[in-house]
Amino acid sequence: MLMQGLAIEREVVIEAPVEVVWRTITEPDQLSQWFADRVELVVEPGAHGFMRFGDQGGPVVVETVDPPTRFSFRWNYPSGQEPVAGNSMLVEFTLTPEGPERTRLRVVESGHELRDWPDAEKRRYADEHEDGWGEYLDNLVELLAKRR
Amino acid sequence: MTAQIDDELWSAIADPSRRRVLDLLISNSEVSASWLAGRVPFSRQAVSKHLVVLERAGLITRSKQGREVLYQVQADRLDQATRAMAELAARWDRRLDAVKRLAEAAYANREDNNDRAQDRNT
Repeated sequence: MLMQGLAIEREVVIEAPVEVVWRTITEPDQLSQWFADRVELVVEPGAHGFMRFGDQGGPVVVETVDPPTRFSFRWNYPSGQEPVAGNSMLVEFTLTPEGPERTRLRVVESGHELRDWPDAEKRRYADEHEDGWGEYLDNLVELLAKRR
Repeated sequence: MTAQIDDELWSAIADPSRRRVLDLLISNSEVSASWLAGRVPFSRQAVSKHLVVLERAGLITRSKQGREVLYQVQADRLDQATRAMAELAARWDRRLDAVKRLAEAAYANREDNNDRAQDRNT
């Protein structure tokens, strides 16, 4: 599992052309088959939509639409607010063709990143904490081991 | 049990400067705010604010030793946070697997259709 900072990164290799994968992840009737039970979403930058999972659900706002390689949206933000970096989670899909019939699909979910830190401080933190969450997990495992 | 990450817990650990304070508390139990302030690049006041948020999220507790207030991590709550992160990652794995199945099936079906169209044309 790769976690840097609080970003979750996962990927999968799909035996289909990039255009087919693009349609699977962006067309609402497809989205409802793998993502949410109900999807109301126009895949256009800035478009507001809604996703429902069982009895839970929430609004989403499309951020980047760059067919057939990049699609991102923000969700999990406080109701009544517009989602921006700092108050929401960003989900970014990146599609990379690896041949005429093969596509690598990568997803990164990150967010609630730091709002008011200067860039230099962010970089310093990133340098010092290169392993990010990994180090955090190691520390936790160590701590739990000590307690036993 | 499903690991749940509530907003309070999430925002408590999402801030890198707060994670830094938490990291220090993980490796050094029962330390004071001044001790922490000496090891981070931000002010004593900022450290105090972070400690309040971490305590509210249940990630740390305080105890009094003489005149000093000492802080320590709550391993259970921290464990809950890490399990929640793992659960989030597993959820994405399941979704990506589903995308793979759907896209590959859609592509295979189209190939069938093309084959049939070609059959009709020949």
